[in-house]
Amino acid sequence: MSETKTLISGAAQQKLLAFASLIALLIGFSLASPNFMQTSNMMSILQATSVNGVLAVAATLVIITGGIDLSVGTLMTFCAVTTGVVLTWGGMPLPLGVLTALATGALVGLTSGAFVAKMKIPPFIATLGMMLILKGLSLIVTGGRPIYFNDTPGFTEISQGSLVGKLIPSLPLPNGVLILFLVAGAASYILARTVLGRYCFALGSNEEAVRLSGVNVDRWKMAIYALAGAVCGVAGLLIASRLNSAQPALGQGYELDAIAAVVIGGTSLAGGRGTILGTLIGALIISVLTNGLRILSVAPEWQTVITGAIIIVAVYADQLRRGKTK
Amino acid sequence: MTDLIRMEGIDKRFPGVHALKGVSFDLRPGEVHALMGENGAGKSTLMKCLSGVYVPDGGRILVEGKEAVLTSPKAAQDLGIGIIHQELALMRDLTVAQNIWIGREPRLSFGRIDEKRLNEETAALFRNMNAPMDPRMLVGRLTIARQQMVEIAKALSHRSRALIMDEPTAALNDAEIADLFAIIRQLKAEGVGIVYISHKMDEIKRIADRVTVMRDGAYVGTVAAAETPISKIISMMVGREIVDERPPAPDLSQAETALEVRGISRRPDLHDVSFSLKKGEILGFAGLMGAGRTEVARAIFGADPRDSGEILVHGRKVEIRSPKDAVAAGIGYLSEDRKQFGLALGMDVRANTAMTSLSRYADRFGRIDETALERIARDYIKTLSIRTPSDLQEARLLSGGNQQKVVIAKWLLRDCEALIFDEPTRGVDVGAKAEIYRLLEELAAAGKAIIVISSELPEVLRLSHRIAVMCEGRLTGFLPGGASQEEIMALAIRRESAQAAE
Repeated sequence: MSETKTLISGAAQQKLLAFASLIALLIGFSLASPNFMQTSNMMSILQATSVNGVLAVAATLVIITGGIDLSVGTLMTFCAVTTGVVLTWGGMPLPLGVLTALATGALVGLTSGAFVAKMKIPPFIATLGMMLILKGLSLIVTGGRPIYFNDTPGFTEISQGSLVGKLIPSLPLPNGVLILFLVAGAASYILARTVLGRYCFALGSNEEAVRLSGVNVDRWKMAIYALAGAVCGVAGLLIASRLNSAQPALGQGYELDAIAAVVIGGTSLAGGRGTILGTLIGALIISVLTNGLRILSVAPEWQTVITGAIIIVAVYADQLRRGKTK
Repeated sequence: MTDLIRMEGIDKRFPGVHALKGVSFDLRPGEVHALMGENGAGKSTLMKCLSGVYVPDGGRILVEGKEAVLTSPKAAQDLGIGIIHQELALMRDLTVAQNIWIGREPRLSFGRIDEKRLNEETAALFRNMNAPMDPRMLVGRLTIARQQMVEIAKALSHRSRALIMDEPTAALNDAEIADLFAIIRQLKAEGVGIVYISHKMDEIKRIADRVTVMRDGAYVGTVAAAETPISKIISMMVGREIVDERPPAPDLSQAETALEVRGISRRPDLHDVSFSLKKGEILGFAGLMGAGRTEVARAIFGADPRDSGEILVHGRKVEIRSPKDAVAAGIGYLSEDRKQFGLALGMDVRANTAMTSLSRYADRFGRIDETALERIARDYIKTLSIRTPSDLQEARLLSGGNQQKVVIAKWLLRDCEALIFDEPTRGVDVGAKAEIYRLLEELAAAGKAIIVISSELPEVLRLSHRIAVMCEGRLTGFLPGGASQEEIMALAIRRESAQAAE
């Protein structure tokens, strides 16, 4: 029974560590600058987390299977572009645009999943190829120019409006953040409670064992990539709404921020282990850091250096913890 | 009576290998049918054809008289054919219950899993097996033996009519084997047919009704287990008579002490372990699983930290804090898990041989002297008779026995004076076993000090000049090489509380 005890305290320790770092950062920055703890600043941190947070949720799903998805950033952009085509060029109503983003994401994810599952291309390569394909396609479709959503009233509300603020005026939580929380909640639930989630962990833990258990591994793997793709579609809607436009040149580089959030949050790149809550905390740590350093007028170059260092420290701390429990 | 399963003329080719040459096999309800043969004989391939992992190129499979096409593990499971794989096929990050019901989770609406039922049914399964188990325990946290129980429960949960067990007792201790055999007998009584693959002859005698032997991908014959002497089965397996007799122990009274261990402790696994080992001596370590034999080796080798105790090599005290220190002091450790710790499987024989001695064969720019390494590797291939097409063959393509020889070559090149062999013949077949035994004897005769840790008592008795027996982290006594199994068992179960009572 001592086995169980160390296990629980180990997992709790990991989450606690990331959470404690977040709190420490919050306290540190608020001591350093009085402007930091303002409600408006907190809201802008959350708003800045929404896109990266949603992408990181998508990346978490794939990483738990032992794979990796490098195409989340450019897929987000591609979804924004297809939405722009349907809404602005096609003049369709808003719900159809939302559906387009989700369907595009799911379809592309399904394709990446087929590359990995059916054609046995390593996830790193398959999604690297997909990343470039999507980047090019976004530029081709738009001719390199942004598509604006000026003709679709209410489009910016998706991210910038505040349903919560209407109900509770003192809490002007942007919809983008609400959507992040909803997506994260749904993903957590899927991972913990559903068959799809179970196979995420199972595949990352021992794919051969899952295959030998008579599970249709290929199909489930494709389903997971498709789900991750649909989540990228949500991110596409969020960023398009925030910029009131689909910016075709945007997107590359977002995948690395997303993966960074996942790793800081304690998800193992080897697969089989990870939590959405950890990923959320990881994404928040990155935004708090960026925001706080900007308020303290640290040069953006140094912000990048510090973020890099944080990733290494976070993973090292995780290694130390694991060494101890072993 | 219709056979439960009948395999006729099964043929299977892989690129460059004719793995199964028209093999036939049948299984009746309520029998234990042992399938035997050396490694590479095709037993596992045949059973993978039966369990839907491989699709045979020729021949047919009848299940209860009806021809069956088994294109996937699921198709086989649906026909009531279950398999327990030799390499545990479990997901370490999932719980016991999640592992057992993978692919068949009881569901609620919207793909949600009925976690409560999952755990209840798992608990019921283990109750029927008389094996207590927490369904919510992560499998990665269980011992190998407990993981094996999970595998068995998983196979049982399929309500299989035919159950294939590929070396199910490889990691079980005697008590657990007895439990397993009780379960097997219960299943037999219920009419389940069991294919039992094992290298352990005594088990075959205890549990099997019939024995089918394979050699080099071909069917050799089927005999009744009770009436056939073990020597007959072995000669069927290897195609020749094996002579392997224990040579007399050498006189070591004048020999110099090579290794001395004084009062090693590591709570809670080891308590005050002391012994010494002479040049040319083979000291066997016996004990039940978990007695602390491997832990002693790891503590001496510096792989695990020690709380106390000292180590002397040739009478000189040495500080060993890490494997690096141990190797520098001339101590080599050959892990029980060759594939994980002993070999770089994807690298060739030459690179593996040189692995621990690379710096000796590199110049000051770090460039490796491949010519020298080639010569050395070829020398060892000859002296240890490693069967490999060349020194550039990848280690993973060698048989278990030859892999073990590559590991031995690696440590010999490193000039180790004391070598610790942890389960030297695990996964090595009967023919190669005798060869490894002779090799160990030659090493001892050449003046090396050798420790052999083995769970197989016959192996300890066959090899050792002297036997150290452990129980619960303590050395409970030493016996001379010719001791009886009963004497060893008496020491192996002498717990501290019992000792106090004496």
